[in-house]
Amino acid sequence: MTASVLARPRTSAAAVPARRPRRRLGPGRPLPFGAVLGPLLLLSLWAIGSAAGWLDTRTLSAPWTVVTTAGELIADGRLQDNLAVSAQRAGLGLAVGTAIGTVLALLSGLSRWGEAILDGPVQIKRAIPGVALIPLLVLWLGIGEQMKIITIVLGVFVPVYIHTHNGLRSIDSRYVELGESLRLRPGVFLRRIVLPGALPGFLLGMRFAVVGAWLSLVVVEQINSTSGIGYMMELARQYGQTDVIIVGLVLYGLLGLLSDGAVRLAQRKALSWRRTLAD
Amino acid sequence: MATHPGGLTGTRTVRTRDLRRGFGDRLVLDGLDLEIGAGEFVALLGRSGSGKSTLLRALAGLDRDVAGSGAIDVPEKSSVVFQDARLLPWQHVLDNVVLGLSGPDAPQRGRAALAEVGLSGREQAWPHQLSGGEQQRVALARALVSEPDLLLADEPFGALDALTRLRMHDLLRELCRRHRPAVLLVTHDVDEAVTLADRVLVIDQGRITVDTTIDLPEPRSHRQPRFQAYRESLLRSLGVETEG
Ligand SMILES: Nc1ncnc2c1ncn2[C@@H]1O[C@H](COP(=O)(O)OP(=O)(O)OP(=O)(O)O)[C@@H](O)[C@H]1O
Ligand SMILES: [Mg+2]
Repeated sequence: MTASVLARPRTSAAAVPARRPRRRLGPGRPLPFGAVLGPLLLLSLWAIGSAAGWLDTRTLSAPWTVVTTAGELIADGRLQDNLAVSAQRAGLGLAVGTAIGTVLALLSGLSRWGEAILDGPVQIKRAIPGVALIPLLVLWLGIGEQMKIITIVLGVFVPVYIHTHNGLRSIDSRYVELGESLRLRPGVFLRRIVLPGALPGFLLGMRFAVVGAWLSLVVVEQINSTSGIGYMMELARQYGQTDVIIVGLVLYGLLGLLSDGAVRLAQRKALSWRRTLAD
Repeated sequence: MATHPGGLTGTRTVRTRDLRRGFGDRLVLDGLDLEIGAGEFVALLGRSGSGKSTLLRALAGLDRDVAGSGAIDVPEKSSVVFQDARLLPWQHVLDNVVLGLSGPDAPQRGRAALAEVGLSGREQAWPHQLSGGEQQRVALARALVSEPDLLLADEPFGALDALTRLRMHDLLRELCRRHRPAVLLVTHDVDEAVTLADRVLVIDQGRITVDTTIDLPEPRSHRQPRFQAYRESLLRSLGVETEG
């Protein structure tokens, strides 16, 4: 690396501001717009396939048809209405599930009794796919909003619990010792050492939870629903409207990407103290 | 300045009687008696595995899971400096310093403590942005900001290079002169012990076997003939033969 720097002509070396040399191990510098490169490629393949007539419109509508359909759905307000309903369900389920997962993780991470009582049941729940519980939930709660939100909550709280609990348990014991040597009060210990120490785990759990929330949403909305994006798509299936189905899929995808992006942003902001491989 | 083992002058701050600590069948501290006077700087030497850290952790109250017995009398206000700086990576430097403080004047005291260790202006840095020596200085500031009566330090400079270590010696001496805590400094470096301490102890077989008052004028240096004499006698009691 030194050799290549030396070999570079003097003028260009002076013109380029001193840049960080690339880390020899690790993935290297982030590409500009790297995140959208893959999706753009897929999109262009789809467009080419439709234009060339390789894709039957009954199987898969062309991108421009999907765009027009989306425009119509927005114009008559169906898209917004269904989106609002879906977003509300997912948001509520995510909020409640995150709260439950976090509290359970704290209880079981900070006390042996809590762990003995809570950890087993959560691990059992983890082994049962959320979808498998729907018949039981429908019997208990009917097919109303309550059932839908509880299904989402059940899909969300498990990853939040698992990763927060793991984060708590893997806090370096040397920091606990430090807290003891400073005679920190339990509240200060929790606020300054335990919670920040478990934050990376919690945020990782959130990333899984967000994905889980949309996943559960899709399932509950397509099974028995009278509103929401999933319902809109289910209706379109009955009329064979692939364009509407794709609008729904794209929406799900965008929502998933956006929410994951939001969590990642939060991660970057909250964990700026960390030096990792990706930096 | 030096206090004699029996505590002829000054008041005792640390006192242990018949201290025993063991892991499994092995007794690491075997009826250890120790006294440290107020403001006295004591260095503790000993072979690796002789129980220096075990003793220090016992004094710091960090060994609740270790089997043992004996009486320990230490001041309420005591601080520990570990071999690693042990800064919380998710807290800014200043927040690390004031971690154990409460009250509205905490930030101000933290700033003053950082200034004392020469780190003014680095209050809002992350710990990973500091060098090893700077991190250890933050740890010193954190230990001294609470104005402790006893400072317990377990090889605090062990991970630093020789040059930085010399600077840290000056800093520690200066800080101790100003704040006058009693100090128990665990080290494996005989020169460090003779340079800094009023009294040097050697631990062996679970007891204090050597207790030497270092009676040298400041500033101490290798060139003082009596420095060499202390050094050699301590090395001998550690089982190291020196030539000359
Ligand atoms: N947690 C532990 N479990 C079992 N044995 C231990 C534990 N901690 C220390 N020991 C043993 O106790 C003895 C004394 O250890 P200690 O750490 O006090 O030595 P030390 O004098 O500080 O050595 P060093 O100079 O290498 O740091 C060693 O033989 C060590 O193996
Ligand atoms: Mg040790």
